[in-house]
Amino acid sequence: MTSISAGTWVEIESVVLSPEERAPTVPDDTKQTPYIMWVSGFLAEDARVGDTVRVKTIIGRELSGKLVRVNPNYTHSFGKTVPELLKIGTEWER
Amino acid sequence: MSNRDNSYAAVMARKNEIMKMSTGLDYDVYAHSPIAFDYERMMGDTSYTMEDVVRIQRETKVGDTPLFELHNLTKAVRKISEPGKGARILLKDEAANASGSFKARRAAVSVFEAATKGYKGVIAATSGNYGAAVASQAVQRGLKCIVIQEVYDSRGVGQPEIVEKGRKCEAYGAEVIKLTVGPELFYIHLLTLEETGFFNSSLYTPFAVKGVESLGWEIGNQVKDRYGKAPEAVIITHAGGGNLTGTARGLLAAGCEDTRVVACSVDLSGLHMASDHDFNRKSFTTGHTGFGVPFATWPDRADVPRNAARSLRYMDEYHLVTQGEVFYITELLTKLEGIERGPAGNTSLTAAVALARQMDEEEIIVVQETEYTGAGKHHNSQLSFARENGIEIRRGDPKDNIPGKTIVIPERLDQVWGRAQDIENLRKSYLRNAARTHPLSDWDEGDVSFLAKDLKTEQGWIRQQMEQMNGE
Repeated sequence: MTSISAGTWVEIESVVLSPEERAPTVPDDTKQTPYIMWVSGFLAEDARVGDTVRVKTIIGRELSGKLVRVNPNYTHSFGKTVPELLKIGTEWER
Repeated sequence: MSNRDNSYAAVMARKNEIMKMSTGLDYDVYAHSPIAFDYERMMGDTSYTMEDVVRIQRETKVGDTPLFELHNLTKAVRKISEPGKGARILLKDEAANASGSFKARRAAVSVFEAATKGYKGVIAATSGNYGAAVASQAVQRGLKCIVIQEVYDSRGVGQPEIVEKGRKCEAYGAEVIKLTVGPELFYIHLLTLEETGFFNSSLYTPFAVKGVESLGWEIGNQVKDRYGKAPEAVIITHAGGGNLTGTARGLLAAGCEDTRVVACSVDLSGLHMASDHDFNRKSFTTGHTGFGVPFATWPDRADVPRNAARSLRYMDEYHLVTQGEVFYITELLTKLEGIERGPAGNTSLTAAVALARQMDEEEIIVVQETEYTGAGKHHNSQLSFARENGIEIRRGDPKDNIPGKTIVIPERLDQVWGRAQDIENLRKSYLRNAARTHPLSDWDEGDVSFLAKDLKTEQGWIRQQMEQMNGE
């Protein structure tokens, strides 16, 4: 696995609460899963994916967690064609 | 920081002191009992007049948004209505605010307050447009911003709308803490407030609700100036209650005492809001009954000790619509009126169609917000994502919608009806919740008087209900 250079924009993950530690009010399906958080920041020192690392977030806070993504990005879109929407409000349906 | 105990239980136990430190408000001074408090004094103590609110908001690109008349949609509604029916439908284009939604109003005053009090940063716990609004306002006031957001289910899958809202927060330079499903978001919120000493830019402080008052006030004045009278009805997408509370207070400030204040939510009954499984089976992340009903029937479940957003105090009616109906109307708005707007804001537009049909032609109904749309938020993204997650999507009678299972998009405008929710049942439910917080036997004159005001009803009705509850 390649080393990621300090200063790279990465995402870290940490388990905030294990399933046993979860709030009493949580429904059963949720209670079986750990409570996890992710934050992005600039990597403090060279590391590899999976290492426990420190980052500085965009506002300069220092946080630590497991390095899970390098250069995290967004890929959400307008989705696939939804045929059910196509004719609404057009001459096909007036 | 620390030899502080940061376990879940220990942090939750420090809730009140963290709130005091992070809002600069001592809520105890307003308390009469565990349920009753001096609401108007709390709102008044913010000392922001309407002129202040407007001035603060203009400084940061908020407010003075256009009010459009939806001529083509009104015409379409009249075509399917009885003769003489079909009210004029107006739309307040709140997408024009910085950050693209009315939430900018709510964030503007809150962030101004934080800056005035000398806080270095602000924190908002929200999966919604509010995070982006706080981030946008914070950057303009030179404050740091952290947004705490529930984004993913345990498979790591994020609802596209929530993912987009997170992106927008980061676009404005905020640190975004992304979490899996669960109410423990509040724990992270408290912990982060404590660690940073930042201001709690909660949706539910008096500052946040004050910020929305300008929306109702603008609507009242714009309608009066243009049409020479107050609107007969204003319809408000309802979730946590701040939108409705602030708008209604603003309408009153503009002298619109007789305007009907109508709440509207998307009906998601049957889906559990804290369920990992249900999380990605809903196509609306806000403006739905999962927030709307619990917050109406017990506002003091928020991230502040006394919630400034108290919807039943101002609500005259509460209308529910289905996901399929909102998607239909969202598409129709685009095709008939030539504007693309986000889905949740169109919840109230959907109910407006149903209500306009029952109102006279000379009457005016105002849909009081829109929100921006785009990748992730667009109704096409939502429907495509729903289908990928096993939800059946088809055209038909919207009565066949089953939240989490089926989205039925109407075939014709005359199928868009939604349904009215019994508001008296909501009031009764509120009273049962109040009795859980403060035993019925301990309710005194002050409690009864508070409850009557908080439920927009008479003290006699409260007493009658108390007798019935005693007998149960």
